[in-house]
Amino acid sequence: MQDLFPEDMLRFRRIEDVFRTCCRNWGYQEVRTPTLEYLHLFTATGTLTPSMLSKVYSFLDWDGWSGERVVLRPDGTIPVARLYIDNLSGRELTRLFYVTNIFAFEGTGKENRERWQCGAEFFGGAELAPDVEIILLAEEVIRRLGISNVGLQLSHAGLVKALLKELKLSPGEEAKMTNRILEGNWQALTKAKSINPEIDRLIAALLDLKGKSSSFLHNVKASFPKASQDFKSSLEDLINVTTLLDNLGCSYKIDIAAIHGFEYYTGICFQFLAAGEKIGGGGRYDSLVPLMNGEDIPACGFALYVDPVMKLLPLEKEKKGESEILVKGKELTPEIVKTCFTVAESLRDAGHPAELDFMGREESNYRWVVLVSGKEPSPFVLTDCIQRRRRYIGASMAEILKVVSEG
Amino acid sequence: MKDYQDGYIKLALPKGRFLSPTASLLAEIGLGFQDYSDKTKQYRLRSARFPSLSAKILQEKDISIQVAVGNYDLGICGLDWIEEFLVKYPAGALVKISSLNYGEGSIHVVASAEAGIANLNELSALRNDYRIVTEYPNLTEAFALNLRMRRFRIFPVWGAAEAYPPENADLAVLWGKSGADIATQGLIPLKKLLPVTAFLIANRESLESKDLSQILACFSSQLTADLPACSPYDFGRRAEAWQAGPQTSIENGPDISEELKGPRPLWQAKEINLALPDGHQQAPTSQFLKRAGLALQGYSEEVVSRRPSADLDWLGIKVIRPQDMPLQVANSNFDLAITGEDWLLEHLYRFPSSPVKKLFALGFGTVKIVAAVSQEIPVADIDELRALVQSSPDVIGAPLKVASEYINIADKYLRDNHINPYKLIPTWGASEAFLPEDADMLIDNVQTGKTLKQHKLKIIDVLFRSSACLIANKDSLASSDKKEKMEFLTQKLRAGLL
Repeated sequence: MQDLFPEDMLRFRRIEDVFRTCCRNWGYQEVRTPTLEYLHLFTATGTLTPSMLSKVYSFLDWDGWSGERVVLRPDGTIPVARLYIDNLSGRELTRLFYVTNIFAFEGTGKENRERWQCGAEFFGGAELAPDVEIILLAEEVIRRLGISNVGLQLSHAGLVKALLKELKLSPGEEAKMTNRILEGNWQALTKAKSINPEIDRLIAALLDLKGKSSSFLHNVKASFPKASQDFKSSLEDLINVTTLLDNLGCSYKIDIAAIHGFEYYTGICFQFLAAGEKIGGGGRYDSLVPLMNGEDIPACGFALYVDPVMKLLPLEKEKKGESEILVKGKELTPEIVKTCFTVAESLRDAGHPAELDFMGREESNYRWVVLVSGKEPSPFVLTDCIQRRRRYIGASMAEILKVVSEG
Repeated sequence: MKDYQDGYIKLALPKGRFLSPTASLLAEIGLGFQDYSDKTKQYRLRSARFPSLSAKILQEKDISIQVAVGNYDLGICGLDWIEEFLVKYPAGALVKISSLNYGEGSIHVVASAEAGIANLNELSALRNDYRIVTEYPNLTEAFALNLRMRRFRIFPVWGAAEAYPPENADLAVLWGKSGADIATQGLIPLKKLLPVTAFLIANRESLESKDLSQILACFSSQLTADLPACSPYDFGRRAEAWQAGPQTSIENGPDISEELKGPRPLWQAKEINLALPDGHQQAPTSQFLKRAGLALQGYSEEVVSRRPSADLDWLGIKVIRPQDMPLQVANSNFDLAITGEDWLLEHLYRFPSSPVKKLFALGFGTVKIVAAVSQEIPVADIDELRALVQSSPDVIGAPLKVASEYINIADKYLRDNHINPYKLIPTWGASEAFLPEDADMLIDNVQTGKTLKQHKLKIIDVLFRSSACLIANKDSLASSDKKEKMEFLTQKLRAGLL
């Protein structure tokens, strides 16, 4: 469990603000789903992996006698897909975004059980353009946050699935292999020797080489002419996306292992890395909505992981000493305290943040200090904290507002 | 109290199914405890050979948890309860040291022969909502998730899981001697999850820091035996290696043989379904039904079937655990049931809007639900206890540890009495075994209070009195289809009241 301190929240809100602004600029609309969802939403094949499911916090609801269990939201995309199916399906295009926390059971009690993500989902539309749109949107958010040295890695779930199929494993072995890969154990793939040495060579090449442009994929296509039709069509899909990204001047690395944790991806997948950590990722998940009994509609999306991004943001000092005003009473008589509140209210009404002080706070943190003495005819002293010599003794409220506004 | 201070080694020994073979093994390897037998009324045992060793007899289900939390250094219990714990808490401080090479049967996933489920692949492929009944909810959840069942609901029960399919559950996860044995109950074994053998387990911290070698040496003949089911005890290995992962990996494909499909029992949906209790409540309930003039076959003291029959062709009857009845009535598996008022209240505290209603008390099986503490604690009632918890947390322990099999009743009682802080230790009966070492207070049922006195405990409050009662599903009572027959049956049962 984790507390977010004031400086953490400054970073958190900055991420949220940048993310919200970018999403709105691209035409996405914000949604929020409940923290509690039904467990069955996440159990079907193609949604969460068994290892992620084993980490959900699940418990009985008010009608627990029915055996139905509810969970603390373990994933951001699936609830938004549910919201879409329940309320918004039938629209041609739906662009949604959310800022949410997700929960994972944590076996040691030492790690964080709650993580935050900023996500965007694109329902409908043809492939290619939406794929590129969400990658570019994610890039823009990261760029506007001022995070540098970010790497974009691309993969394709269809390629991985086609390779698995080529290994010709039994259904049980294939399921186990899929789970291993989804948990990040790509070495398992190289160890599973197929009967076809061509496939072993292809797997080794894809795990070993990291392409930097669509040309790499053309090279793969030319080097392995005997690859399956499924493989070729996924490769073609990835070529189309990368060609478009090349033309838009977007740099990336092709890394087949850049798929993480989620089983629902069907097409292109991507991850953003900075300082050695994954800070976001997403991809195409065309089967998810139909799997959840929705219409057969393609979809893709991404999420930015707030916790690692927060660590990368420089701490912005609150801009003290420029605009903020401290209103303090000389004594704590009821009359002076009342006047302090009135003065501060007038300042805030005029658009100047004003903080009250009855305890003797450090004045140097503020741009202006208004001292309320309560003695007629000069109840107020206004002090400029930057140019100490500027003092306005006996200023009226109107004069104070004028000076403060002029700076 | 001295026996339980630091430096002493504490061993948790099982009641029930593994008591005799464990007692024989301990005697054989020179670790025998004089009073460790079926007849004992003691919970605490001293070793004649090792003055530093003491043991306590606990319910098997409690042992893995008690060892994991560090109340005991070592324990012996079935692999099923160990895996039930580890599958949910893989990082728990529980180390499996070795199989003790005795035990019987396995945990199976079974379906009713009636259900038409031929193999596991169908379960993940179909969009059905499967109801699974089990005493092992964690193992069952892991099984269902690994199988990628689209939708399932798990009904944890205290026992009698075999009685539920096919009407009240699609699948059960339960212990069975063998596939053939399961087939004789009209069930098809779909998958063997794990063999049930007795295991020696240890608390990780104790194993890492405390000298248990004298005791472990006694087990050496067992530990070096060639055991295919588990890794042999080997000091050369890292501690983690002992704690083999849960054995619930799911092999795809059916492992069911045709001949095990067994005879198909004749089963027909009945209009009204009644649940009757097994165990202690069976004999008085049987007498009560006789007085009411309801003739049953298969529910006498001599013969108890899971499905007794009545001379009313519209009445279906099943024998299940009284603890499970309120929930089973709430979810409409049964229209009526005979259970205890204690278990009804336990259910209603958890689910206040449950559609279960008490019709009338039956006047037998009366117990008191009490709060009790060790006689050494200088308090006479709950108010004095509250004052003691607040003023002297070092004397009584803070949080106050409360052992109970009625977790919702206990929770409410402690909240209502402003005991703060407290910690509930759920038990499976015989909470008195936990006091004073592993809990400070118990909330449990007593008939006479004699057992409590024997264990040097005293009652500080009586929460309520409870006796057997007839409960009903409110929707069934209101249903136009069922109303008439429900009324007929309740009238008939009312006639059995003394």
